[in-house]
Amino acid sequence: MGAPEIATAVLDVRNLSVAFATHTGPVAAVHDVSFTVAPGETLALVGESGSGKSVTSLAVMRLTPPAPRTRLDGQALFRSRDGTVRDLLAVPERAMRALRGNEIAMIFQEPMTSLNPVQRVGDQIAEAVMTHRPVGRREALDRAEHLLARVGISDARRRLAAFPHHLSGGMRQRVMIAMALACDPALLIADEPTTALDVTVQAQILELLQDLQRETGMAIVFITHNLGVVAEIADRVMVMYAGRIVEQGEVGPVMRAPLMPYTQGLLRAVPTLTVSDGFVPLTSIPGTVPSPTALPPGCAFEPRCPYALPGLCDATTPPLDDAFDGQQVRCLRWDAVAALEARP
Amino acid sequence: MSIMALTPPPIPRDGPLLRVDRLRQWFSSGGFMSPRLTVRAVEDVTFEIGRGEILGLVGESGSGKSTLGRAVLRVTDLTDGRVVFDGQDVSTLSKRQLRPLRARMQMIFQDPFASLNPRMTVGQIVGAPLRIQNPGISRSEVEARVGDALRTVGLADSHAERYPHEFSGGQRQRIGIARAFVLAPDFLVADEPVSALDVSIQAQVVNLLMEIKRKLDLTILFISHDLAVVGHVCDRVAVMYLGRIVEIADTRTLFRNPRHPYTEALFSAVPVADPSRRRQRILLKGDLPSPLAPPSGCAFRTRCRYAIPACAEAVPPLAHIGGGHQKACIRDDLALQPAC
Repeated sequence: MGAPEIATAVLDVRNLSVAFATHTGPVAAVHDVSFTVAPGETLALVGESGSGKSVTSLAVMRLTPPAPRTRLDGQALFRSRDGTVRDLLAVPERAMRALRGNEIAMIFQEPMTSLNPVQRVGDQIAEAVMTHRPVGRREALDRAEHLLARVGISDARRRLAAFPHHLSGGMRQRVMIAMALACDPALLIADEPTTALDVTVQAQILELLQDLQRETGMAIVFITHNLGVVAEIADRVMVMYAGRIVEQGEVGPVMRAPLMPYTQGLLRAVPTLTVSDGFVPLTSIPGTVPSPTALPPGCAFEPRCPYALPGLCDATTPPLDDAFDGQQVRCLRWDAVAALEARP
Repeated sequence: MSIMALTPPPIPRDGPLLRVDRLRQWFSSGGFMSPRLTVRAVEDVTFEIGRGEILGLVGESGSGKSTLGRAVLRVTDLTDGRVVFDGQDVSTLSKRQLRPLRARMQMIFQDPFASLNPRMTVGQIVGAPLRIQNPGISRSEVEARVGDALRTVGLADSHAERYPHEFSGGQRQRIGIARAFVLAPDFLVADEPVSALDVSIQAQVVNLLMEIKRKLDLTILFISHDLAVVGHVCDRVAVMYLGRIVEIADTRTLFRNPRHPYTEALFSAVPVADPSRRRQRILLKGDLPSPLAPPSGCAFRTRCRYAIPACAEAVPPLAHIGGGHQKACIRDDLALQPAC
């Protein structure tokens, strides 16, 4: 196999599947997921718990349990700063360690559990710098101070000496972001980075990430279950259900006119900031997300789908179809559904 | 249906079901070898909840909303002030004196994973309030009422034999709701009841809660940081900041005509699931100040874009501005952005 072509993308994931070994046999958590992210672009990965969105990102970072406990198939082609393209699923662990925290950075939901509670935040950021750059401690600490200031922490010099428990949740997430930016990553994977934060602080962090992206041109993969956040931050969105991509496209079309009944249901279920006379029942999706060990035959969403046709949707697993303008949908009846949805 | 038939409805009385008067809840730490520190988690809070009403309580984490919810249920010993439940002052009642009232006041918690004992079956969990309130109750009666409660929340009788880990988050929250309703209470504190759930499940649980509320004519204190859910569910809303209520009004008035800058900023920060409506938001500076050392005067002034020197001088009182709308802000000249 020659050097793979990935055009302009920073990350090009092709046919990624992830299966975990369990005592009852392998359980597939992610099936045949393909997507790309370009420099300066934000791709949102949306789905409910168990949809496979976090597993997808962990697999790309090679942070799933090692083989044979996890089986990874497919490719995750990453373009380095020097232009070389490597398959993250195939490089040796040593090379992967050199990439993590360097050219690919990751931030998580709960900053308290990701930070070392007994190390000063300045030292933690400096360590991230020294791991990947040939600099001494003093220089690394200067860089840490600069990074703290850049993520909007006032009095950065003094904050270098703070321990994580001295800081609020929002400040800790800023420290995590500073650490992630330590080596100017080309790709930032953010897994629910604002979910544990208050709305006022969430708004600050989203704004910060957008500013930093404008400055650095990094690509962001933003994992979230919050469709409001998607609308705020994403250029493109990928909706996952039961381990598969069920819809993807530009954020505008997908959120304004979703084609997949699951996306439609999700968007309707989000309560909007309005007032009504008396309680109007919220639109819910009946049932629950199927267990990965007991996926229904055919379309995984069929048991909950208002448009499901017996004999069709419960018999055939739908492919990911190209609809229009790069929008893709996994539904056998998407054109019929679109016609039904368009009716007043 | 049947869980309601077992307990006679309370005799309707006049006045609000719950009255909270100048409530204070302080917590102290340190003292031995270290300076004594006092957190004024709830400070000088006064409000009422009418019978059958749902009052929303919103605010950031650390604002004291959960502490207030626990204080009105007398889970804690009040530092000062009064809680009057259905005409009876419960502020100083002992645990034993409170027990009969507990049947009428229940709570639903946020985390359906932490709030159910993993070693108890669902039947034991839901039946526990019945056994505690009626020590002589027969086994068959408990089973019958647990079965009723489980069916009311959309589960099956047979689920009583199973353990919490066998259920999804949404189903566990249903179990927590069944436990709260098995005694057919009149008053419920729901502390972030749907925050831990996925969107599609959240809507199911909100609808279920509202259906039971209607059947039992419940009065609810609905604590949430999700303003959209609060807007759908609540009749009135109180906004808390650093232990105090800073604004309270009926939901429509609060959403259409907020009068406190903090309420405006909270609304503005809510992300809207419509990419064509990306707007300029009012970004609050910094975080909630430490409740150990709140700013002087108005606690919000350090993050408020409308603050003037006078804001530092005195704590603004929660003043009536007509139509049951109250706000704690000395500025009357502001034109604030509505939520919708």
